[in-house]
Amino acid sequence: MSDVPRMNAVSTPLSRLGASFAGSLRPVFLLRESPVGMIGAGIVLGFVILAIFAEFIAPFDPNATMVPFAYPGAEAPEGGIFLLGTDHLGRDILSRIIFGGQRVLFYATAATVAAYVVGILMGLAAGYFRGYLDEILSFVANVILSFPIMVLYVLIIAKVGASGINIIFAVVFASSPGIMRIVRGVTMDIATRDYIAAAQTRGEGPWYIMLMEILPNARGPLIVDFCLRMGYTTITIGALGFLGLGLPPPDPDWGGMITETRAFVSGGFPHMAILPACAVSLLVLGFNLLADGLREVSLKD
Amino acid sequence: MSDHASEPPVLEITGLCLSYYTRAGEVPAVYDFDLTVAKGESVGLVGESGCGKSTVANGVMRYMGHNGDIVGGTIKFKGRDMAEMSEEEIRRVRGKDIAMIYQEPMASLNPSLTIGQQLMEVPIIHEGVNKAEAFQRAYDMLSAVHIPDPKRLMISYPHQVSGGQQQRVVIAMALLSRPALLLLDEPTTALDVTVEAGIVELIAELSRETGSSLLYISHNLGLMLEVCDRICVMYSGEVVEEGTIDSIFSWPKHPYTQGLFGCIPLPHADKNARPLVSIKGQLPLPHERPEGCNFGPRCGFFEQGQCDKGLIPMEGVHTDDDPAHRVRCRRWEGIDVTEAVRVDEVREPIEVGETVLEVADMRKYYKVRDRSLAALVSGGAVREVKANESISFRAGEGETVAIVGESGCGKSTFAKVLMGLETATDGEVTLDGTDLGGIPVNKRTAAQLSSLQMVFQNPNDTLNPSHSVGYQIGRVIKRFGIERDSVKRKDRVYELLDTVKLPRAFMTRKPRQLSGGQKQRVGIARAFAGNPKTVIADEPISALDVSVAAAVTELLMDIQREHRTTLLFISHDLSAVRYLSDRVVVMYLGQIMERGSTGQIFAPPYHPYTEALLSAVPIADPEVERRRIVLEGSLPSPLDPPKGCPFSTRCPRKLGEICDNEAPPLQTNADRHVIACHIPLEELREVEPVISIPDRDELHAAQ
Repeated sequence: MSDVPRMNAVSTPLSRLGASFAGSLRPVFLLRESPVGMIGAGIVLGFVILAIFAEFIAPFDPNATMVPFAYPGAEAPEGGIFLLGTDHLGRDILSRIIFGGQRVLFYATAATVAAYVVGILMGLAAGYFRGYLDEILSFVANVILSFPIMVLYVLIIAKVGASGINIIFAVVFASSPGIMRIVRGVTMDIATRDYIAAAQTRGEGPWYIMLMEILPNARGPLIVDFCLRMGYTTITIGALGFLGLGLPPPDPDWGGMITETRAFVSGGFPHMAILPACAVSLLVLGFNLLADGLREVSLKD
Repeated sequence: MSDHASEPPVLEITGLCLSYYTRAGEVPAVYDFDLTVAKGESVGLVGESGCGKSTVANGVMRYMGHNGDIVGGTIKFKGRDMAEMSEEEIRRVRGKDIAMIYQEPMASLNPSLTIGQQLMEVPIIHEGVNKAEAFQRAYDMLSAVHIPDPKRLMISYPHQVSGGQQQRVVIAMALLSRPALLLLDEPTTALDVTVEAGIVELIAELSRETGSSLLYISHNLGLMLEVCDRICVMYSGEVVEEGTIDSIFSWPKHPYTQGLFGCIPLPHADKNARPLVSIKGQLPLPHERPEGCNFGPRCGFFEQGQCDKGLIPMEGVHTDDDPAHRVRCRRWEGIDVTEAVRVDEVREPIEVGETVLEVADMRKYYKVRDRSLAALVSGGAVREVKANESISFRAGEGETVAIVGESGCGKSTFAKVLMGLETATDGEVTLDGTDLGGIPVNKRTAAQLSSLQMVFQNPNDTLNPSHSVGYQIGRVIKRFGIERDSVKRKDRVYELLDTVKLPRAFMTRKPRQLSGGQKQRVGIARAFAGNPKTVIADEPISALDVSVAAAVTELLMDIQREHRTTLLFISHDLSAVRYLSDRVVVMYLGQIMERGSTGQIFAPPYHPYTEALLSAVPIADPEVERRRIVLEGSLPSPLDPPKGCPFSTRCPRKLGEICDNEAPPLQTNADRHVIACHIPLEELREVEPVISIPDRDELHAAQ
């Protein structure tokens, strides 16, 4: 009982970070006021549930070859129905989409979070210290941002090889400058507030001020941007897969599924490529609607 | 006023109810609001923030935003019910017959059109006159609002002129359509006092000359006294008292009105002998208003069974000189409201101890780099802004030193240098025997930091919105190593909350759950958490409502008394300064114009700037007589200050070339009373006092 106020009053930085994380969830609870946001959240949540429980939900082994070229609704020889049909190697498309979603979500989240960690640290430092550090970081960011982004991805992946960890590396390299610019702008604004001066005049170090005093107040625009960026990363992973630079086969990957079966689209089997493409679109749409909804409720306050 | 009995009043509002729709449901912002404005009359609407005075103005304009609505009552404009007008008619009335002037002049002006174009638009659209005619009218109107060089102004863009001139342009624009009714919503709140004085004088003059009726909205009772014939005092969505200026100021009947007067540092208030009396509690939220009288929970005359039941109607008071004086109080006949603000407690003045802080010839110059090619070629790439120029003074233990000046005078820069957020370019800032002037904040020791703390101006900016109140105070205690044990630290935070008179439950609150005054109290608790020797308070009350400001002022002084803290009070508000400070430093454009004890500053000899500043401050007391001095022109750019005396460009007592070319000598009038001016002291001594206060006791005897 008496522990509760103590926690809030004088507590360790770690529990503070936890508390401010809980505070950052406030807009998520307010989301119910935005129908668009609710639809987005529903779509994303649906994919997350599919990904988590893929083992139980998917009707078949995603890599098992059964009946090739089956149309949606065809019956499987060992019982069950290929709800979305099978591909040219006889693998169940629904199961592959479900397992593919698992991988896309995992790598998109990991890559975006990693990009955020790098972008936030760079942005905080540039916006708080300013001066030469800011000029150097901003220059580097501008150079990276001036590259056509897809060419950049292809160059990186072609150079270092296609693997999950390299996708994360490529996304961090290409998106952290954009994140840095947002964080830098917000930091410059917050750094002029009186509570920052108050922290400085009680002798706080620069990293305490950046992480504990500035960052929690920058979360509003960052949460919205995070959702949008999750969508971009999903597209990126799909596009890399399509170019054959995604996750190595035979494991399912939405982009890879499209590129493997695109030859059959005009041959009478369009579902093989169109259905995974729909999955990509739906998930990205979900992220974008969620971002819109969060922006809407945060503006209402 | 009543010469036009046959004509319908310009504005007649009866039983008006206005509501907003928010997450919390319908919020009644204003209810049962009656107001009549006769032709040529100026009526004031006064109240603290959140009382609904701006909502009334918006209701009259029938502009309630997307979430507001007029729920009941009628608004008649020149006898016509505005609810029956079509959208088209209302649009024609707005701007032509009813004009509105807002607080921020820049928000009313289009930054991409010249002032001339914007002014000419008014007669062209509303009256269809040709361009030449419109130009002439715009030109004449600019002259009428006393703008020097209207020709140049016509082709200027809004950002090229000063704030005071912008507001004059907005007023000119509003008057161009010869409106029957002019709504002014805090038109001078964003301006400096000396500029405000000019605008107020202009408004009063215009209301006399043009025959437009005025509805003047403000939180400042002193301004009302100068502009209005009648005032309505609003509290929490309703009018609590209305009557003529004389009647309300001389015989206020409602405890709230009287309470407001008790909160204003009038010239006869004194921090020891006659302290301010704040109104306890705070304004109820619109959806948490009490049953019965809204002011009930804060009222000293509250009586159960009488004040907490039903709707309380306005009742006529019928004093001899104002038959229309009305009050919304059930007990007005049985109570003597002046009792509530009479405090017999006399406090001992704090004895000033040894010198704690000494500033000697401190300078702060900023370098401004001009990166244009022309500057590089001519070699003038780096120019200096002299934010502070040879600042010297000292402050003793337990002493309150006020630093007064208008925006841009360098007082905030000075605070930053003291705190180490900036370093001094030259000179010494000695605190407890150590020179801190050149030591930036990150090089100062914990002891140096903790002995000098600050209370900030903006209550919404002073606390980190992400952390709880308890954490933010506790962090200071932890940093300065006062309590290492976390349980004891918590107790210390509780004690500090007690000291600033906040409930202990606020420990876990986030700043957004607090009102402005409460946030400022937390800011004070935080500043005093490290037991500082000196506290700098940078405009700590200027963003607060009068009743809250009074409470915060008293609190600050109580804590100071207890800890014998040296207080540097930075302010532009001379009334507050007179009330609470022992010594005053008057700054203008980075330099000290005059310094001395409070008594010395507020009596002749004055520096001409001090004199103008004193005369500009409105005083909410009809008995006090004040000489008017309105300064011409605006503050010179700090990049290009006058060569001689900084005040020479606006000084009404300027001697001549000597003021333009030579820095004024420091003349010592008496012990530690220094005036920087070319005018000989003998001459300055002969100046009449700006403010003459009648003897209070005589006044009481007369009543």
